[in-house]
Parts: sequence; C-alpha cells; structure tokens
Amino acid sequence: MKNSNLKPWLYLLPAIIFLVLFMVYPLVDVFIYSAEEEYNSASQTYSGIGTYNFSYVLHDPYFLQALKNTFILVIITVPLSTGIALLISLGLNSITRLRDFFQTTFFLPYVTNTLAVGLVFMILFKKTAYSEGMVNLLINAFGGKSVDFIDGPYWAKMFVLCFYTIWIVLPFKILILTSALASVNQDYYNAAKVDGTGKFRIFTKITLPMISPMLFYLVITGFIGAFKAYSDSVALFGTDLNAAGMNTIVGYVYDMLYGDSGGYPSYASAAAVILFAIVLTITCINLMVSKKHVHYT
Amino acid sequence: MKVVLKHLTKKFPGKNKKSHEEVIAVNDFDFEIPDGKLVGLLGPSGCGKSTTLNLISGLEAPTEGQVFFGEDDVTNVPVENRGVGLVFQNYALYPHLTVEENIIFPLQNLKGAEKLTKEQMKEKALEVAKLVQIEDYMERKPKALSGGQQQRVAIARALVKMPKVLLLDEPLSNLDARLRLQTREELRRIQKETGITTIFVTHDQEEAMSICDLMVVMKAGVVHQIGRPQDIYDDPKNLFVAQFLGTPPINVFTGKVENGKVMINGDDVFDAPGVPDQEVYLAVRPEGFIPNGSRFRYMRERREIMGRDVSIIFTHENALNPNNRAIVSAEENIPEQPGEAFFDLKPAKTFLFSRETEERIRF
Repeated sequence: MKNSNLKPWLYLLPAIIFLVLFMVYPLVDVFIYSAEEEYNSASQTYSGIGTYNFSYVLHDPYFLQALKNTFILVIITVPLSTGIALLISLGLNSITRLRDFFQTTFFLPYVTNTLAVGLVFMILFKKTAYSEGMVNLLINAFGGKSVDFIDGPYWAKMFVLCFYTIWIVLPFKILILTSALASVNQDYYNAAKVDGTGKFRIFTKITLPMISPMLFYLVITGFIGAFKAYSDSVALFGTDLNAAGMNTIVGYVYDMLYGDSGGYPSYASAAAVILFAIVLTITCINLMVSKKHVHYT
Repeated sequence: MKVVLKHLTKKFPGKNKKSHEEVIAVNDFDFEIPDGKLVGLLGPSGCGKSTTLNLISGLEAPTEGQVFFGEDDVTNVPVENRGVGLVFQNYALYPHLTVEENIIFPLQNLKGAEKLTKEQMKEKALEVAKLVQIEDYMERKPKALSGGQQQRVAIARALVKMPKVLLLDEPLSNLDARLRLQTREELRRIQKETGITTIFVTHDQEEAMSICDLMVVMKAGVVHQIGRPQDIYDDPKNLFVAQFLGTPPINVFTGKVENGKVMINGDDVFDAPGVPDQEVYLAVRPEGFIPNGSRFRYMRERREIMGRDVSIIFTHENALNPNNRAIVSAEENIPEQPGEAFFDLKPAKTFLFSRETEERIRF
C-alpha cells in the first residue's frame, strides 16, 4: 500500500480507537451477552449459546409491562407533541406583537432543571396528607372526584407520564418548527394568495410539504427518544418502577443490571437487543413512509 | 384590460430606529396603461418598481390613490379577486410539485360554477404549457429544469387562469445573458399571442427598450417619463432619463449658453438659438458626433474598431465621466494615436439640460 493511502487512516486513528473501544466493542458485546445462556459475571462462565435469554425476557411479566408502557408512551406522545408543537409554532409565526415573549416562555422548560420540573409536577399532581394537588383541586372545583395520579390507577399514572414527556419535549420541537416555518420563502405564500388559495389548502399543500424534512426529523428523533424513555418515569414514580407498574424498556434493562433484582447482564442485553430491533423496525418504516411524503429541496 | 393608476402613493413606515421618517416608495403615480400592451417599469434598484407592481396586484394596499382595471375601481378588491397573474423574480414554483401540478394549482382553487373537472384542468394546463413550450416537461419537478424553463413554467402558472393583467417582477434577471435575449423575445411572443395587458419590472434599459410598447421610467418613487421606448430615447425629458437610457451611455459635459451658443472653455461648440444665457449640461449620444469637425475639441485616448463601427474613446476636461465614447462609421479615417482633435455635433442627438433643475431645455 502506498504512503498516500495510509495517511488518511492515520488521521482517523484517534477517533477510530475511541469509537471501537467505547462504541463498537460494547455493542458487539451486548449481542454476545444476549446469546450466552446462564452467564455469570463473577466467574465469567456460561453454559451455552442459545435463545433462552430472549425467551426468558419475553415471558417476564415485568418486561411485558415495560414494553406495553413504552409503546403507549410512544404512540401517545410522539404525534401529540409534534402536533402541539406545530400548532404553537404556527401561532408564533403569525403574531408579531409579543412574539419574543412567547418564544421565550415556550422555550423555558428546555433550560429548566429536571428536579425543578419534578417539583412542579409534584405540586400539580401529588396527593399528600396536606394537599390534594393542584389538578385534583381543579377537578374538585368542577365537581369531580379526586384521582391519585402518582400512586393511583394505571391510566392516571400513564396520563401524568405522557403529560410530563410531552411538556419536556415541546420546547425543542417548537424551536425547530418555528425556524422551519420562518425559512419558507414568503413568495410561495404570495403566489398562492394571488391564485386565491384558501388558508387550509395553503397549509396542507405548501406549508406542510415545505417543512416536511424538519417534521420528519422530529418524528424520527421523537420515536427514538420516547422508546428510550426512563428518567421521566423515575422523576415521577421513583426508582421502584416495577412495583409502580410504570417501568419502561430502558428501565427494565437498568433494573436487570443494577436494580435490587439485578445482576443479570444476559437478560439486560437481550432486552436491549429487543429494543434495538424495535427502534430499527420503526425507523425503517418511517424512512419508507417519508420517501413519499417528505420533500427535500 | 387597461390599467389606470390615479394619484397612487405608497409610504412605508421608517424602519430605522433613529428616524421614524416615512419612506415614500411610490409618489403620486398617475398614468394609464392601455389595453393589450406590453409595458415596462424601468428604473434603478430601489426606485419603487416592485412596489408599484405589488400595488397593481393587490399584494400591498396603497396609502393613497386608486387602481382601476378598465372602468372598475379595484383598490379595495383583495388580490385573489383581481384576476391578475403574477410571476415572481425567483419564480416561486412549488418545489414539491411537478410542472403540471404547479400549473394546475391555481385552477384547483376555483369554486362553485367555475369549478373544473380533472380532465378540464389537465387540458387547460397542456394548452398554456404548449403556449410557453414546456409541454415536454410536465412530469418533472422544477429542480430538474433550467432557469429558462422554470421561468416558462412560472409564466404558464400565471396565465392558466387567463388573467386580465399579467405582472412580471424582474422576469429576466435570473437568466444568463443568452437565455435572457431568447426569453425576452419569447415574452413578447406570448404577450402578442394572448393579448393580455402585461406589465413587467426591470432595471435593464436594454431589456425594456427591446420589447416594450410603452415604457415608464422612474426614479426614487417618481415617474420621470412615459412613452414609447424610441421616443423617450430620442426625446428625454430630463438629465436622469437621458443618462439612464442608452448603451453606451450618453456623454455629458458642463458648459454655458451665451448669446444662443453653447460655450465650453471659451469654445463655441454648439448652436442653441433662442436659449437664454445660463449654466447647462450638454449631453451627446455616442452616435451624435461627427468626426473631423471643427467646433468640439477633445483628447482622443484610443480607438476601438468593431466591424462596421469605430469607437473613439476620449477625455474632456468638462465631462462628467472620465471616459467618453463616440461611435462613428468605420469608413471615417480615425488616427490610431492619441491626440487632440475636433468633432461637430448632430443637433438631433444633442440635448441641453438646465444645470439647476436638470430639466430639458428645448429650442
């Protein structure tokens, strides 16, 4: 091999070393772990190679609960948060007065400390010996019965989790979408106006296709982010998520490794591989759908 | 459909934070554009041409004055009901739609009795596509077209509803030189075939002169002269119009009138009978010089031979520009070396303007 071919590889070497060491090797290792049956991390031994780990995980009621929670979270929060962000961005784009004020307000959650956010949600939802929580007070004011959102029925807990997730991801999406909307050339709108295009048609036929690459980006990252949800759940329901029935797939992986019932890297790896397969599938579907509906200019 | 502007004025609020002075983009426009003509709004950038176009289209509302289409006052008619076709400088073709979908787009907005079936729309689209000669590219996306082709699609989209007035904002400025020549002929042909009153904006005087029936020369929101291109060229109303039209540009010299003669540096260079004594600008078109004359002294820098013409590049101590150009027939015997020589001036190509007002002095 000639010298000139070696040079670029030399430049890439530092990056490659770190990538292989901290990305590729662990990734491959996860796949290996997931196949090693009855692996013992202390003695580094295993009894054989097979699919037992997967079968165990898929029959574990905690995993199934986590899977269900994650799917509900994804299906509810991704479309809702993107839709709400789009509505707010459209609103922001059409006002001129107080625009900066609202833009800042909507962006606040992004720069707010998670613990502070958790505290606010406690005030809003948590039932204590002293208070019913803001939301319950509101419900009571309208003649409804109090609901325990943190330790109560499943739907109430799910509602809080979705609400929290949507609220947390909104600012970033609004930021992306307002800039996407602002970058659409005014001439397109003028041209449509001259032709007598209705407002709704302008939105569906011009605005949406024009910002479709950004929307698509938000949907993809939204899906991936929601599938990887864990910390939100912990912030709301504490670390014993299995008991609360609010665990997520990533939470399950963590519990299998370090939780009270942990010490099972093989099960954790198997769950991680399953998550990987799910995200891969969803992203591929997204890509296929986007071919038809996303317009890059 | 004739277009009449009556005392049309558009002021914009001052954007500068320090001064809130209003900017007058269009100042008291009062003229009529006859039916079925191709009209050019010509002026340097920032003179209010595009604003005028937007006022006619209805995209902007005038501060004062009225716009008439035929006998109808359309000043308060919203843009979508005016029946105008508008071609944007950057064409504003919808990038995610094919050529055909772009052209059909305006038709899909028709409602009620005007509503067309899909077949009718396709038929109409094909009709205008043939008119602008892009019928072979109907399935392509705008990105896959050249600048000239995109321009045609934009015109087709503006024409498909058969507008009463077609408006074009700098239609040729995004094209390269060769395409520009070709497209302006095309524009002329399309306008003649459809007979639609067409108004276009340009800063290129050559473009305007070559295809317009009528030309409106403007500067800083004020109309300076309206007329047929050749008439304006031959008979400019003021110094700005004279300087703005013509390539190569007109040559301007400072001088004064004494006893019916134009004097420059003590030389009597031109007869101006009946003109009162005053300071003047003497402006001479490049083709207005007669070589080997006796009255107008100049310093020849060099000569350029271009086929049937010879350009004499010369300097003159009273000229506004350092380099002046005279174009004479190649049959004239012009020495190659620099040196002092004399011209005579052709009366039809020589204009006098008041130094004070820059208005034309007629005699």
